[in-house]
Amino acid sequence: MGAVVALDALLHERRVWRGQPASLPAGRQPTGYPALDAVLPAHGWPEAAMTEVLPAADGCGELRLVWPTLARLTQAGGRVVLVAPPYVPFAPAWQAAGVVLRQVQVVQAATPRDALWAAEQCLRSGSCAAVLGWPAQADDRALRRVQLAAETGQALAFAFRPPAAACNPSPAALRIAIDARPAQLRVLKCRGGNAPAQPLPFAPA
Amino acid sequence: MRWICILLPHLALDGVLRSRADPAAPLVLVGGPAQRRVLLAANPAARARGLRAGQPLAAAQAISRDFVAIDHDPAEAAGWHRFLGAWAYGFSSQVSLQYPGALLVEIGASLSLLGPWPRLEARLRRELTALGFRHRIVAAPQPAAARVLANAHDGLALPGVEAMRRALAQMPVERAGLPREVATACARMGLVRLGQVLALPRESIARRFPAEVLRHLDAVTGDRVPALESYAPPDRFDARIEFGFEVTATPALAFPLKRLTADLAAFLAGRDGGVQRFVLQLEHAGAAATEVPVGLLSTERDAAMLLEMARVRLERVPALAPVQALRLVAHELPAFVPAHRELFDERPQQTLPWPQLRERLRARLGDAAVHGLRSRADHRPERAWQPEDEAGRTPPAAASPRPGWLLARPLPLREAVAAILAGPERIESGWWDGGDVRRDYYRVATAAGPQAWAWRPAGEDGPLMLHGWFA
Repeated sequence: MGAVVALDALLHERRVWRGQPASLPAGRQPTGYPALDAVLPAHGWPEAAMTEVLPAADGCGELRLVWPTLARLTQAGGRVVLVAPPYVPFAPAWQAAGVVLRQVQVVQAATPRDALWAAEQCLRSGSCAAVLGWPAQADDRALRRVQLAAETGQALAFAFRPPAAACNPSPAALRIAIDARPAQLRVLKCRGGNAPAQPLPFAPA
Repeated sequence: MRWICILLPHLALDGVLRSRADPAAPLVLVGGPAQRRVLLAANPAARARGLRAGQPLAAAQAISRDFVAIDHDPAEAAGWHRFLGAWAYGFSSQVSLQYPGALLVEIGASLSLLGPWPRLEARLRRELTALGFRHRIVAAPQPAAARVLANAHDGLALPGVEAMRRALAQMPVERAGLPREVATACARMGLVRLGQVLALPRESIARRFPAEVLRHLDAVTGDRVPALESYAPPDRFDARIEFGFEVTATPALAFPLKRLTADLAAFLAGRDGGVQRFVLQLEHAGAAATEVPVGLLSTERDAAMLLEMARVRLERVPALAPVQALRLVAHELPAFVPAHRELFDERPQQTLPWPQLRERLRARLGDAAVHGLRSRADHRPERAWQPEDEAGRTPPAAASPRPGWLLARPLPLREAVAAILAGPERIESGWWDGGDVRRDYYRVATAAGPQAWAWRPAGEDGPLMLHGWFA
């Protein structure tokens, strides 16, 4: 650690936690949900980092949560890669959500190990704006690799994991659980600030 | 300085050496009839042991037994000659392989792009050394003069005709490319330098010597330049490396594979093309060769990338039988279009462009592993999307909402239904193409919370089939 690090940069990267909340610049990766942006310390997704989404069950809103972001990224010309999605991404619905399908690539992987490798390659390459993965049984080490790859490639990484994973610690910069009933979002962890105590309503449209 | 001659004094030996893992080991090329095998060439390590070209093999074995003797194959040497012609074709459109063991390359037109000459010469030497061929380079205004001067010089560059004539005049007669008996006759007449021969009256040369002597001298001085046969690059690449032993492990194939892919890249750069599909053939003793096809989505010619793709595919070949030779065949050599790059990259850390990343993923995960997403104008959910990159017209959005997740095939809905939110929506289509569908779709809220897209056959009252999630 011989490098000189500016204090401002450290604070803005949310690596150093300050007791007094300071006014931080507006996030460059808004989630598309103003209520969620308001409670997150970065006012959006943590940049160049992994976000863990823990839906209570398949289909309880994980796509609704990321669609506005994917639509914004693909419309800006960024590439979005889905690594081993659990179901077929149904193109008409993604299109209706505003996602530019031309910028979406799907990678099929036979084994969880291949899926993690593919996700890491995509993140590290720097040619993807966001990479979405569904690691079922990923250990801390694998997730840390993904997190580091996201930092290297300056990309958004979304890991969708089963709700049971909430008990284990994770290197993700942001962890959001989606409850189905009542439909709400719970921020479990956010780097650079206290997780809000109150859940956010997240009712389907 | 319009022509260069690249003389390859050890073409056959270098061609053999470059396919061997240890080029520094003593090695000789032998030829001649079976009763009297003669050494044709020896590498430096073999010469250090006292082996010389021209020795009978028996005499060489009496001197040292610690060397490898390889049969000289003129066809193989000719193959290397053609390969280097393909390489030189990258520098000039006029390449001639007419003189054995030498390349004649017209560079007058290429100098403004690749020059000045010292830089081009350094590049030629660097690439030839990387390919593993020893060489001598001479640049001169006339091709035949360059060829003759390369017999005695290396690195000579003659800008004008006067300098060329002076240099030619200093050439010894026995190295001037004249027939041996003519050179001997000149020496007996006291003609030592080529300048003395050139100073003779034409009539006396014509009277004393065969007609080709005068033709050769005219070509060398540039008085009458014969047409050269131009090299035309072939439309396929086929290279093969034979091992002296059997290879059983994939890592041992890495070195020959690197050679082959580097040769392929040099060949492609020469004809300004790319490759989209090539085949690696692993030849076994007494069995059919294993073929490993390597397919790329776009044309490529980067040596490092070709090697990586080939290596990853090779690693996926199960249970390798002992391999005796490795062969690389490429038939489809389409035009190469370099990737479009922005002058000011928005993402400076963009280390690996998407096409290369896609090839890397496909190489490890399979050819069909990476695909795009496209929506189609079809009411049937199974046919309303396609795993390919979007092209053409995008259909208008459906009137009613569609789920983000679709199940690959419908399953019975096991979750308890709390409420029906929308439906039925009748989807009835496809009687003309065999994929007949008659279904009533409902958007239902399950008791657990998620909303499902489920159907039952039209007009019936059976159990619901789950077909998607409104995630």
